[in-house]
Amino acid sequence: MKLLEYQAKQQFARRGIAIPAGRLARSAAEAEAAARELQRHAGTRIAVKAQVPIGGRGKAGGIAVVESPDQARREAERILAMDIRGYPVRSVWCETGLEIANELYLGITLDRDRRRLVVIFSAAGGMDIEQVAETQPERIAKLWPDPFRGPQAFEIRELAFAALRQATAPPDGTARVVGSLVSLTQQLYRTAIELDAMTCEINPLVLTAAGDLVAADGKLEVDENAEWRHRDLAEELARDAVGDDGRSGDDPFEVEARRRGLTYVHLDGHIGCIGNGAGLVMNTLDLVKQQGGDPADFLDIGGGARADVVRNALDMVLSDPKVRGVFINIFGGITRGDEVARGIIQARDELHIDKPLVVRMTGTREEEGRRLLEEAGIVPAVSAVEAARKIVELTRDAGGRG
Amino acid sequence: MSILVDKATRVVVQGITGREGSFHTEQMIAYGTRVVAGVVPGKGGTTHLDAPVFDTVAEAVSETGADAAFIIVPPPFAADAIMETAAAGIALAVCVTEGIPVHDMVRARAFVETTPTRLIGPNCPGVLTAGECKIGFIPNHVARPGRVGIVARSGTLTYEVIQGLSQAGFGQTTAVGIGGDPVLGLSFTEVLRLFAGDPATAAVVMVGEIGGSDEENAAEQVLAGGFDKPVVAFISGRTAPPGKRMGHAGAIISGNKGSAQSKVDALTAAGASIADTIEDVVRLTGERMGATAAR
Repeated sequence: MKLLEYQAKQQFARRGIAIPAGRLARSAAEAEAAARELQRHAGTRIAVKAQVPIGGRGKAGGIAVVESPDQARREAERILAMDIRGYPVRSVWCETGLEIANELYLGITLDRDRRRLVVIFSAAGGMDIEQVAETQPERIAKLWPDPFRGPQAFEIRELAFAALRQATAPPDGTARVVGSLVSLTQQLYRTAIELDAMTCEINPLVLTAAGDLVAADGKLEVDENAEWRHRDLAEELARDAVGDDGRSGDDPFEVEARRRGLTYVHLDGHIGCIGNGAGLVMNTLDLVKQQGGDPADFLDIGGGARADVVRNALDMVLSDPKVRGVFINIFGGITRGDEVARGIIQARDELHIDKPLVVRMTGTREEEGRRLLEEAGIVPAVSAVEAARKIVELTRDAGGRG
Repeated sequence: MSILVDKATRVVVQGITGREGSFHTEQMIAYGTRVVAGVVPGKGGTTHLDAPVFDTVAEAVSETGADAAFIIVPPPFAADAIMETAAAGIALAVCVTEGIPVHDMVRARAFVETTPTRLIGPNCPGVLTAGECKIGFIPNHVARPGRVGIVARSGTLTYEVIQGLSQAGFGQTTAVGIGGDPVLGLSFTEVLRLFAGDPATAAVVMVGEIGGSDEENAAEQVLAGGFDKPVVAFISGRTAPPGKRMGHAGAIISGNKGSAQSKVDALTAAGASIADTIEDVVRLTGERMGATAAR
């Protein structure tokens, strides 16, 4: 669950982190009014920023810096008509520009190798931090706080002094900056903990000419496993993401799959892939690709292979018109093969599926299951490799090309 | 010999009275696992599946001498259950729960590190020593005793590998499903070290997948340092697109981290044979072990 910039900033502000004065605008007229109000307060330039849940919007032309309310209206009109990598722009965040002395970076994310959250600080702000980490690792300072007590002031001071010494142009009054960083880092850490953030990032973190630290951007991604702790946030997000046309920018097939409670990833190919178990389905996709086909999706129906679940899955996969045939890969375990076969046949009949189905399954009574499938006109296979070869062949014939 | 569990292992089940908990406990008992207790807060004093049920793990340990735990409780309570197990001094905790919030697991994992407890999982199929004991979901009929050790992230692929090896006549020592979450207990590195010290294990099959760098770390820290048993590795998700979570919470290529190619490269460099299919896993295992040593 990714928050938009303005939502992330509101969460920051709620916990005491300074953000530039700003207003949300859903129309060009609102943007003009927002700019007028903000300029009256600050009398400076205004940034008009597209609110989309992906990075790289600046490069795509989704951010404009304007001098007047009139210009804000024109730029907002242009940006609100944009579609940034598939995400329609629903709103713009208008905020006052800052007098920038230095651009820093502060972020918190999961370090999988250490099984801990990591606080990352760098004096090289405003750039892609992964790139900085790769090309100039000496400009990155990291801290892995004890999860039961969080980052202590002295730990943050060590981190900050180390990173600021590496800065190309260390800010004036380093001690004061470090002092502000201590409380800011603790506020950001609290934000990450309270919101179950997988990523919580301020880039750039602006050190203003007046010596204040201000979050000029905000990125916040909430752990999907913890959404039950943040239902209010999820609802707010859903309201904001979907426009009058019902489009959210998220893949419509994936939106539908979530509604159906299925673990589904939409891909570009034409062979539907269903299996039980994430590793098994990943391998199913690999096998299809090895045989020269292109998977249309990843769909994991989880343990077992209940008939109603298989039916729901088939219906979902075939809702994508690109799909020419489906490969079902079931490890039966203690499930009976004949029961799985009956479930698949029933689903095929009820859904009136006339596209090729290839089923590879194991389990007790698997031979009887394969016989039932064959009698019903569904292609059974003993091995997954054989099944992949068959579905690639069958869909090539059906579509006229591979 | 085997690793982690054997005939003597005494298991307490946390969440024994739940639908899933009951079902899998029955399967475990049918396999021969000694289930000595259950724990469900508020149901202490009752009996379920012939096992005494306690309110707390500490009580279960002092009353029954349980030394391993099967944790099958819903996600909101699972991290706490893991910590309770570790605090009670249990040697091995196996948590199968899927969907535990990452921050909860970061805390639970840090807590477990302060104790001698080994944690397997969460979001894993569990552990099985062929013919002796199983804790978790691995189907009862697939394994047979032998000399191959298995360590895998994915559940169904673990079962597939066990079944493929068994059908070809290669039995197993212990199969360990470490799980598909980003924050886990035992990683490939630790399980491979355990296999290195187990004289009964003659070869190891490793089933990894995209996401994180546990496979690379194991290749560099264990295999490259003179691991004297043949290793066959299988990586799933080779064609998965970057940035997409493929079912498992941890199966995601983020930025330049977690690609299948980087894992395949690291494992190849460390001397593992790379299999493209389950059939390949079986064939390569046979080749690397030599026909007689295997059976």
